Amino acid sequence: MGKGMVRLLKLLELVGAFVLRRLDNLGTIVLLYRDTMRELGHKPRWRHILAQMSHLGVDSLLIVSLTLLFTGVVMTLQTADILIRFGAQGTIGGIISIAIGRELGPVLVGVVCAGRVGAAITAEISTMKVTEQIDALRVMAVSPVNYLIVPRMIACMIVVPILTVFGDIIGVIGGWFVAVYYNGISSYLFMNSIHKFTEVFDITGGVIKAVFFGNVIAVLGCYYGLHSPDGAEGVGRATTKTVVSSIIVIFILNAVLTFILY
Amino acid sequence: MIRLVDVCKSFGEKEVLHHINLTIEDGETLAIIGGSGSGKSTLLRLLIGLIRPTAGEIWIGNQEITQLSEKELDKVRLHMGMVFQYSALFDSMSVGDNVAFGLREHTKLPETEIQRIVAEKLHLVGLDNAAQRMPSELSGGMKKRVSLARAIAFGPDIIFYDEPSSGLDPLMTAKIDELILHTQQSLDVTSVVVTHDMVSACRIADRIAMVHEGRIIALDTVENIKHSQDERVRAFFRTVAIDREAQG
Repeated sequence: MGKGMVRLLKLLELVGAFVLRRLDNLGTIVLLYRDTMRELGHKPRWRHILAQMSHLGVDSLLIVSLTLLFTGVVMTLQTADILIRFGAQGTIGGIISIAIGRELGPVLVGVVCAGRVGAAITAEISTMKVTEQIDALRVMAVSPVNYLIVPRMIACMIVVPILTVFGDIIGVIGGWFVAVYYNGISSYLFMNSIHKFTEVFDITGGVIKAVFFGNVIAVLGCYYGLHSPDGAEGVGRATTKTVVSSIIVIFILNAVLTFILY
Repeated sequence: MIRLVDVCKSFGEKEVLHHINLTIEDGETLAIIGGSGSGKSTLLRLLIGLIRPTAGEIWIGNQEITQLSEKELDKVRLHMGMVFQYSALFDSMSVGDNVAFGLREHTKLPETEIQRIVAEKLHLVGLDNAAQRMPSELSGGMKKRVSLARAIAFGPDIIFYDEPSSGLDPLMTAKIDELILHTQQSLDVTSVVVTHDMVSACRIADRIAMVHEGRIIALDTVENIKHSQDERVRAFFRTVAIDREAQG
């Protein structure tokens, strides 16, 4: 066998191993998802769910507010001048609210939560794994899926949509502020434009997206936490993987959901 | 009774345990000793069902556990308690909540009764006033004792100890050994202690099993193990003796 052939075989071997690893990961995530869905049927641990909602949701309010506020500000800064030039100042409020309600709100809140909430979930669960607390749960006949994952999943599926609605409002307020105090558009015109162009589904569609994003953030956060390598470095790497994977999945899922919903 | 029949365990290509056959009688304290990487911790994780063997059978009482689902295994685990190497206390809960955890999860006992049991178990391990403290406020030895209190809170038939003396000074090691003996005598439980500390093993065990390169190379009473003619067992004893001399 020639040297070229040997190199080709090695390359194929590496690609094959990479694909198998990825498929193995995907299979494990699907199995974790299945186990979580099964456990959802059991009596919910409301105390844990509320604690997670407070821990993951309330603590994210400030960063979500800042992100959406400045997104609304910048969007208006970029679009208002052009729209005024074409005499379409009566559409600014509608454009901002639709863009934020349908896309920017859920996606940006999803990305922020992937960084803030997903990373927190992974760091907590992987630390529990490294310190044998997950094993302790199993030894005490308590399912880690039921005790750790289900409350986080339910909390994320409630909290991310709530944060999205909150972020939508803050984003529109940011847009209104620039439109009124920088571009000189009347407040009435801005609000009237929102009433005229925005439909309820522009907001509820975004909220539906946020429910899915919350689900993805919780499942991936828990998966990488439960499967993190041992040691402090392993915890760090697992946290990074959660954030990167969640953001990628959120963008892909957003495209799919936009096709389906709108 | 715990019985292992021809148990093998591999991780990928690497076989960690080879054809382990072992019987532990009810009420017995068995110490499993061996060097680092010998497979003793893997053996313990197999016994408690945290990992599954590649081949062989593991019997806990009348139940063969290797083929059980996780839910079925949970029923068997209700009769077990475990003291982890690094204590594995839930760091978000107080000491009292850690000890009460199993009771709250698996019983419908009133809170007053749970608090009574928690106080009783903490008294047993000499930590009467620690219920409100957080694990981060405790020393290594205290954490081990809380871990023991948590393990016995549910009234197990079998207690597993993973390196109970690791990271402790000799005085605290002796105290933990005493607690293990006291627990064994007062609760009449079967105890399996994984340790590399020969002194501890000799102090607490009825029998000692030595694991070397994934095989049980010696299984006998403490006295017989001390006088074993097997060079590998003698070498382990010599190393321990040298370590103790070095420690002064």
